[in-house]
Amino acid sequence: MKLLLENAHIEGIRYYEAYRKHGGYRSVEKALKMTPDEIVEEVKKSGLRGRGGAGFPTGMKWSFLAKPEGVPRHLVCNADESEPGTFKDRYLMEFLPHLLIEGLIVSSFALGSNATYIYIRGEYAWIPDILEQAIAEAKNNGWLGKNIQNSGFDCEIYVQRGGGAYICGEETALIESLEGKRGNPRIKPPFPAIAGLWMRPTVVNNVETLAAVVPIINMGGEEYGKLGVGRSTGTKLMSACGNLNKPGVYEIPFDLTVEEFIFSDEYCGGIPNGKRLKACIPGGSSVPILPTNLLLKDSKGEARQMNYESLSEGGFATGTMLGSGGFIVLDEDQCVVRHTMSLARFYNHESCGQCSPCREGTGWMYKILKNIEYGKGRKEDIDLLWDIQRRIEGNTICPLGDAAAWPVAAAIRHFRDEFEWHIDHAEEAQTRNFGLAHYADPLPVVTA
Amino acid sequence: MADNIKVTIDNITIDVAPGTTILEAARQIGGEVAPPTMCYYSKLKGSGGKCRTCLVEVSKGSEKDPRPMPKLVASCRTGVMDGMEVKSMTSDKVIDARKGVTEFLLLNHPLDCPVCDQAGECHLQDLSYENGSADTRFEFERRTFEPEDIGPNIQLHMNRCIMCFRCVFTADQLTNTREHGILDRGDHARISTCISKALDNEFIGNVIDVCPVGALTDKTFRFKNRVWFTKPVDAHRDCPTCSGKARLWMRGEEVFRVTARKDEWGEVEEWICNTCRFETKDAKDWVVEGPTKVNRHSVISQGHYAGKVGTAKQPVLIDKVIGKQPKLTFDIHSESEVNKPNIHLSQIEGPAHSDDFNTPG
Ligand SMILES: Cc1cc2nc3c(=O)[nH]c(=O)nc-3n(C[C@H](O)[C@H](O)[C@H](O)COP(=O)(O)O)c2cc1C
Ligand code: SF4
Ligand code: SF4
Ligand code: FES
Repeated sequence: MKLLLENAHIEGIRYYEAYRKHGGYRSVEKALKMTPDEIVEEVKKSGLRGRGGAGFPTGMKWSFLAKPEGVPRHLVCNADESEPGTFKDRYLMEFLPHLLIEGLIVSSFALGSNATYIYIRGEYAWIPDILEQAIAEAKNNGWLGKNIQNSGFDCEIYVQRGGGAYICGEETALIESLEGKRGNPRIKPPFPAIAGLWMRPTVVNNVETLAAVVPIINMGGEEYGKLGVGRSTGTKLMSACGNLNKPGVYEIPFDLTVEEFIFSDEYCGGIPNGKRLKACIPGGSSVPILPTNLLLKDSKGEARQMNYESLSEGGFATGTMLGSGGFIVLDEDQCVVRHTMSLARFYNHESCGQCSPCREGTGWMYKILKNIEYGKGRKEDIDLLWDIQRRIEGNTICPLGDAAAWPVAAAIRHFRDEFEWHIDHAEEAQTRNFGLAHYADPLPVVTA
Repeated sequence: MADNIKVTIDNITIDVAPGTTILEAARQIGGEVAPPTMCYYSKLKGSGGKCRTCLVEVSKGSEKDPRPMPKLVASCRTGVMDGMEVKSMTSDKVIDARKGVTEFLLLNHPLDCPVCDQAGECHLQDLSYENGSADTRFEFERRTFEPEDIGPNIQLHMNRCIMCFRCVFTADQLTNTREHGILDRGDHARISTCISKALDNEFIGNVIDVCPVGALTDKTFRFKNRVWFTKPVDAHRDCPTCSGKARLWMRGEEVFRVTARKDEWGEVEEWICNTCRFETKDAKDWVVEGPTKVNRHSVISQGHYAGKVGTAKQPVLIDKVIGKQPKLTFDIHSESEVNKPNIHLSQIEGPAHSDDFNTPG
């Protein structure tokens, strides 16, 4: 069942007329007849969890928002989407801009935000125009501006482009950047719910999270909460890339198995050229990479499903995370060392440089990985890498430090022999890949 | 005023005012329980949280919510709660993290102490002495920058900078024009005045004092002497711009350097102006109050200046912290004969002369 992308392929859905004709803005009509607290209650009931990566329950986040007398509050939509492998928000904004605007209006009303901001990644150069067009259309039709639909509620939405820094996706760095400052994450507390944008109470939510508010209001929180499995409710957008026959953005039900997602024709359609699956990062570059055997089955031997709980089953020892839904697939020809090096380079480049473990550690890891990849590695380097990532993780200001540490940790945890082979066969490793070894099918079931 | 609350750090319980940070509480206990700080500066608003040397373990959140905190926290930016229990030097996790941070801070730091004016009073030296290891595991080229003059009296050695942001806060909070900031990000970030714009503000000299390392140094003192061959005295003068309370670093009758006075934690007590710092170097212009008491546990205090290293509470602490003794309370002269004066400098009336250093006792 599709809740977000249902109408994505309708001709002209990007524009107001077609969007409205197919049921658009109904949720605003419904919401304006409710009280803000009732909307928050519906979102709570829906069990919706943040789609930006951390999976924090949205209703709970909303209820933490401080409401001091006479102080404006703000909703900020996080459209910075810079996590390698993640491109679902772009798809949503590009093809269904009105869905986001609709979600933003309902959410702004629920949170009492008269000025709402969309902070969009600088590289998405063509999308602000699409959003601004949609905002103008919504305004012309009385959904934005002063006293919308005669409800007495004023709402404006502004689009702000970022400068192209991954770190500006971290909510407090985003707020700093939005204020016109250098995008350094703030030291918390205070949290944005108390003192965010211009030190006013602020909620920062992901694009997909805010779009999901539309079906929640339309169908009711309780109905929405019935979809999915356990604490993973509703549906999820996945952006699939890498060695797949049909990479792209898919809306999935949470009870879909990983195997079906990769191999079925309805979704990614399997691995091209008859190659075999080696490994996968299911939730964007920051989450741990898993070899096939651990990816398809969890530590109890059950088929892994595409939801928060199932993917993280077994902790980091055998599991990973759903993260932001950036699903990266590696076939048997891919080299995990090279892949890890390339991620390490990314985090090194994107660290804001405020705190010493992340600033210095990311560069160090990258340099060591580069040595290993180019045949200059030493046996001790593997343990050294482990030691560095261990001393970054948990010791930094913002989660970018963890995000830099986890991919390295997981690669060593699950692919240590590939690293060792690279070091021991330095010359050979320049000409061929390690291949599959024991990672792929037939699956040796791992019991933790 | 709200009632005081109780917090226990390394098995020592103390009453503090609500709103106190763990670090400030630890400093009230004193001595080595206080975590090292490379970026926090109590006089600079918004400082701290960056270097991560002050990480501590909260083993009990509070009386109300006794759960331990899942991660180590930056003590300089975490408030205490009633009944909180904190481990600083008694936690192996903390010691390990501190070792890690020390290693990270040294990664790109040029080990050029022999030609660095900060040597002897450098907080990174102290930190490394206390928490570092003898070898480096970093086998790559360090990032390098050319030294840069920022203004007529200050030189920036970006190679040595640890990105503590203190100088940025100082420039921001003591002067009216913000000319000083950070360019780039990550390990290629650097302190800059944007095209080397001169920082000619009456109070900008204080960035030298807040810099924990030798990245910002005093050009009027550059290469003139080693700090441990000069003897600090507290002195004052009538100054129309600042309080005029300063510290003179003398050898014989000559004033080699003027700095602000610093407290036991290495923080400036009162900011001084550029005229006092850079232009008033004649002993006759100052009223000398007497030799400085250095009670900071630092390389600088190794028997040269002060009678006693550490604070009075120290004997109690050693037994409370279960045999963990910080290295800096050892007497360096039991290991090294270098520059061992035969008399404590603080016992010499007036400034010390070369002879005082050259006759090992
Ligand atoms: C380094 C870093 C980058 C992030 N980038 C994004 C991003 O591009 N988009 C996003 O929605 N959340 C991103 N996040 C997560 C946000 O900090 C925040 O948790 C999220 O916007 C909250 O929205 P949600 O509750 O709707 O998920 C990032 C976090 C970190 C630490
Ligand atoms: S963890 Fe990295 S990105 Fe986050 S504040 Fe620290 S240096 Fe900046
Ligand atoms: S120059 Fe000194 S004070 Fe400024 S950030 Fe670097 S180390 Fe800190
Ligand atoms: S002193 Fe606390 S983080 Fe630097």
